[in-house]
Amino acid sequence: MSPRVVFPNKILPYLLLAPQLAITLVFFYWPASQALYQSMLREDPFGLKSQFVWFDNFARVLADPNYLNSVRVTAVFSIATAAVAMVTALLLAVMADKVIRGRGLYRTLMIWPYAVAPAIAGMLWLFLFNPSIGTLAYGLRWLGIAWNPLLDGGDAMVLVVAAASWKQISYNFLFFVAGLQAIPKTLIEAAAIDGAGPTKRFWTIVFPLLAPTTFFLLVVNTVYAFFDTFGIIHAVTGGGPGKATETLVYKVYNDGFVNLILGDSAAQSVILMVIVIALTAIQFRYVEKKVHYG
Amino acid sequence: MATVDLKDVKKIYAGGVEAVKGVSIAIPDKALCVLVGPSGCGKSTLLRMIAGLESISAGTVSIDGKVVNAIGPTERDIAMVFQNYALYPHMKVYDNMAYGLRNRGTPKDEIDKRVRETAKTLELSALLDRRPRELSGGQRQRVAMGRAIVRNPKVFLFDEPLSNLDAKLRGQMRVEIKNLQRALGVTSVYVTHDQLEAMTLADQLVVMNAGLVEQIGDPLDIYEKPASTFVASFIGAPPMNLLALTRGGAGRMPAGSPEEMAAVGHGSAAGSTALASAAPMLTDGSVVPFAPQAAATLGFRPEDADVTHGAEAPGGALAIPAAVEAVEPVGAESFLYCAAAGTRIIVRVHGRATARPGDQLRVVVRAEKLHWFDQAGKRVG
Repeated sequence: MSPRVVFPNKILPYLLLAPQLAITLVFFYWPASQALYQSMLREDPFGLKSQFVWFDNFARVLADPNYLNSVRVTAVFSIATAAVAMVTALLLAVMADKVIRGRGLYRTLMIWPYAVAPAIAGMLWLFLFNPSIGTLAYGLRWLGIAWNPLLDGGDAMVLVVAAASWKQISYNFLFFVAGLQAIPKTLIEAAAIDGAGPTKRFWTIVFPLLAPTTFFLLVVNTVYAFFDTFGIIHAVTGGGPGKATETLVYKVYNDGFVNLILGDSAAQSVILMVIVIALTAIQFRYVEKKVHYG
Repeated sequence: MATVDLKDVKKIYAGGVEAVKGVSIAIPDKALCVLVGPSGCGKSTLLRMIAGLESISAGTVSIDGKVVNAIGPTERDIAMVFQNYALYPHMKVYDNMAYGLRNRGTPKDEIDKRVRETAKTLELSALLDRRPRELSGGQRQRVAMGRAIVRNPKVFLFDEPLSNLDAKLRGQMRVEIKNLQRALGVTSVYVTHDQLEAMTLADQLVVMNAGLVEQIGDPLDIYEKPASTFVASFIGAPPMNLLALTRGGAGRMPAGSPEEMAAVGHGSAAGSTALASAAPMLTDGSVVPFAPQAAATLGFRPEDADVTHGAEAPGGALAIPAAVEAVEPVGAESFLYCAAAGTRIIVRVHGRATARPGDQLRVVVRAEKLHWFDQAGKRVG
């Protein structure tokens, strides 16, 4: 529709694109190709020589029960984190939309957790829920709940999911608040006149119109849960107890930098890369079709 | 099918601002009532109070004899057409129209029947599978109308529904709304700031200003007998010419010069010594005959005035010396913008105007076409 702008200069567009391309090449494609190459090498125990082994590393990784456990842990962790973070944020945003007095203060306070570094967020939660020193853990025990994330894998998972989603709620909240504000008030009024009560209005008008925001946050939260939660897991559980919270990213780190199995680690990161590319592609291809951009 | 009764309705906002200051209107069954006034006069607030979208600070709103103050918009059984149409962007036209029926638990086949019937009357049948963003402004307007009609409510509310359309489409939709409202016989309240829309649509016209009703009545009655200077200047395009009158002081006695003779307008009156200094005068000092005792403002419609270059003024008419400043030919008529008695007056003449800018002439108005208003701006006589 809009007329195409044609630059008379043939070289200028490439020059303008060059810095961006250079950064992408140096900081993304180069390391990625290194990982790909690395994933097909096997190093001897002393790191003196390496051998090209084609897809042996992949075969071994995929056959490893520990790795499959890690896939399961990641799935549970990511789905739970994204779900908790988004549902809570939406709830808070809907509430915040109704607040009239002290609206600005309320919103500002809601945003603070986002400024907390992941590792520190993890430590905060650990201080609260550590079975021996945690204030809230004491309360839980007093209530008769056997709470011990240091021994119980399920408890540990709950703790890291709580910490990870707590941090992400602020971010989601901001976007949901903006999304809610973008919905014209007359639409809500029209729906009210059309005989829809508040709950019905939310599910038939507000929620569908928030779909673009929700979809965007789904992508962001998935990527967050996959990659950006390393610090939290590292600080809170270190992947334990007994690999109960060892996500794929954490295992890449553990195998590569702690156990120094570089080939396996590289193979895992390549698989991880493929998974995230596939997830994003699926989300864009199928979910976006059901999203309405007003 | 319902009457709508407003009794001393007030709207006071939290900050103490009084948007509606006590309005009483009785809208008869099946009537199309138009609320007209400048922006900020409280007409939209009043409509939203009838809809239940704004709380009522004082007074009562009744629909069909039942006070609805405490009833939410969901249960009032009204339908509203919004200025921006407020179509649900994620729903197809069909679903937009069916939404209200579904919410009220109408059976599916009944919904389908009614939506398709309504779509047919509004010529929307081909568009039922489209989304609002794929429609033109006029089509969206129709869908908004359809959404209101399909529910068959007690009352239709229109909040400036045509203001987003271009002039040609607006004229077309105006006629359609009028015909549709007639055919359906549903009591309607229509808010607009456009006096032409107000005049052409209304069965009952309510002119509002600053939160109060200035005049209620038949549009032509209001046009012919505006109750105040506000109504006089708001209804009619171009607006009524209003000239301030002064009393006392030394009025120039008409003494034979053609202009002054004309200012009195009446050859015989010119010589009369009965014109005391207390007689009403225009700001240029010329005495105005025919004026009732209390008159402080004189008004006449541009189409009731005529111009003459001659010295003789016809009997029974007021003649005001004026200088033509601009001429606007529109085709069937021309508007003369004249400077007279310290203000600008507009005269409508048929066909081509013979006057040119700079011409000195006299504006002549027959006595029975003059309107008089008192100090407070209220109609006299």
